[in-house]
Amino acid sequence: MSVMVKSEGVHKSYGSVEVLKGIDLEVRKGEVFCLIGPSGSGKSTFLRCINHLEKINAGRLYVDGELVGYRQKGDKLYELKDSEVALQRRDIGMVFQRFNLFPHMTAAENVMEAPIQVKGVSKAAAKERAHHLLERVGLGDKARNYPAQLSGGQQQRVAIARALAMDPKLMLFDEPTSALDPELVGDVLDVMRDLAESGMTMVVVTHEMGFAREVGDNLVFMDGGVVVESGDPREVLNNPRHERTQSFLSKVL
Amino acid sequence: MTDNPVQKDTAPAAVPVSKSPEAIKAIPVRHYGRWVGGVVVVALLAGLIYAFSEGNINWQAIPETLFDPSVVKGAGATLLISVLAMVMGVVLGVVLAVMRMSKNPVVNGVSWLYIWFFRGTPVYVQLLMWFNLGLIFEYLNLGPFYKDEMTDVMTPFMCALLGLGLNEAAYMAEICRAGLLSVDEGQTEAAHALGMSHGRTLRRIVIPQAMRVIVPPTGNEFINMLKTSSLAYAVAYTELLRATSSIGSRSYAVMEMLFVASIWYLSLTSVFSVFQYYLERHYAKGSSRNLPPTVFQRIKANFSGTRNGGVSV
Repeated sequence: MSVMVKSEGVHKSYGSVEVLKGIDLEVRKGEVFCLIGPSGSGKSTFLRCINHLEKINAGRLYVDGELVGYRQKGDKLYELKDSEVALQRRDIGMVFQRFNLFPHMTAAENVMEAPIQVKGVSKAAAKERAHHLLERVGLGDKARNYPAQLSGGQQQRVAIARALAMDPKLMLFDEPTSALDPELVGDVLDVMRDLAESGMTMVVVTHEMGFAREVGDNLVFMDGGVVVESGDPREVLNNPRHERTQSFLSKVL
Repeated sequence: MTDNPVQKDTAPAAVPVSKSPEAIKAIPVRHYGRWVGGVVVVALLAGLIYAFSEGNINWQAIPETLFDPSVVKGAGATLLISVLAMVMGVVLGVVLAVMRMSKNPVVNGVSWLYIWFFRGTPVYVQLLMWFNLGLIFEYLNLGPFYKDEMTDVMTPFMCALLGLGLNEAAYMAEICRAGLLSVDEGQTEAAHALGMSHGRTLRRIVIPQAMRVIVPPTGNEFINMLKTSSLAYAVAYTELLRATSSIGSRSYAVMEMLFVASIWYLSLTSVFSVFQYYLERHYAKGSSRNLPPTVFQRIKANFSGTRNGGVSV
């Protein structure tokens, strides 16, 4: 099984507003999968469906062969209990646009929290791991700082370290550089590039076309809740076939 | 501007670059109004002090009775009932707040009803209701567990505790709810995304951050409670006011004893205010780049600040 995420006809609506209108796609293990598109196209919503932060209304969504948020017995679907959903989420790391670091904890404590609380790792082991991970994202000297004492780019790198501490098999990035000052974007992208090279499966919602072109293995252009075009990033970005992709790219490139 | 030759003489163009411009020594604006205001206020204060000195006050009675055993005991009772009622209020308030945010409409509705009643009627009325409960229920009958005469159960202490505590719970519920709602939803999402359960997320992530919002009004509530506990006078609970008043009516020093009570109330609330400051400081962890200074640090900064030209911190 070399498919990490499999989406079959995924629909999602908020009240009467249909945000996702049938998404079919596959993310293979070890690949960097980029989602681009105008705001409101549903790409962030789709990403949040992958770890069940949003419930889907129709279709099927699998992560590593396992149905997300539900259990299927025969032709009946059963909602998973909160604890079972939590168990599924342990293996899926997520990085948010607005970092969402825990402000009352230091950088190291942010990284240690989930392994200690969720996996029952010893405090000493978690601490050592946290320092190692912070080192890896280039923040070895910031372990004792609180999020308010870090720049946006540093906070986002701590957030990446925090997600990695759970040893995820899949990482979701929700516009990880959109809230950053331009000169801080590079540091975060460097960390993500390293992560991609280490073989991590990544689904990245982004506006960084350069990153998608350079690091992405696969790219999907979404608009109006549907996949408009997909394929090799260099191919799609250089020779978009659809008119909507062309007009979007002409505005952002 | 132009009629200030002193400044013109030291125009920067003539000054070498390395030399910093001369500090401005201007004559400050005179605020005569402030002086007049200050004099008026001081005069009024002096008049007030004079009036009190001329008043028919037995000043001697105040130091004599300030540490009278019955007064000290009354102050202790005030502190005890305030702390216990507050603990009851906080615990029940947290439960009510969580109930109020529950998706179960029955649980939610019950919490709403509780807050509606206990916040909507005066504490004084509630205290009297507990006090007079024996008039309508002769026995407190909890089936096989407990049965006793209501007048035995509803001691003055119990009346005061239930009256003050249950009323406080209604206010605490709203304070706690506000605190929980103040925490950004992204925090819950981030914790959930890491695989943390609802309970863990609440305990480890949401509540510690909600405390920053909850502590200041709770401190307020406690100071209020210290004072409101004087209403327990009405249910025959011997707290500070009752203790001082009984001396007052015996010795015809009514006002003097009210002064004594006020001194005690002021002392209790002042001590607690300092404690509250440190509690808030504890929960401010990580919310700003630097922790707010302690009282001593602030005093120190003020002193060194005035020496450096009045730059206060």
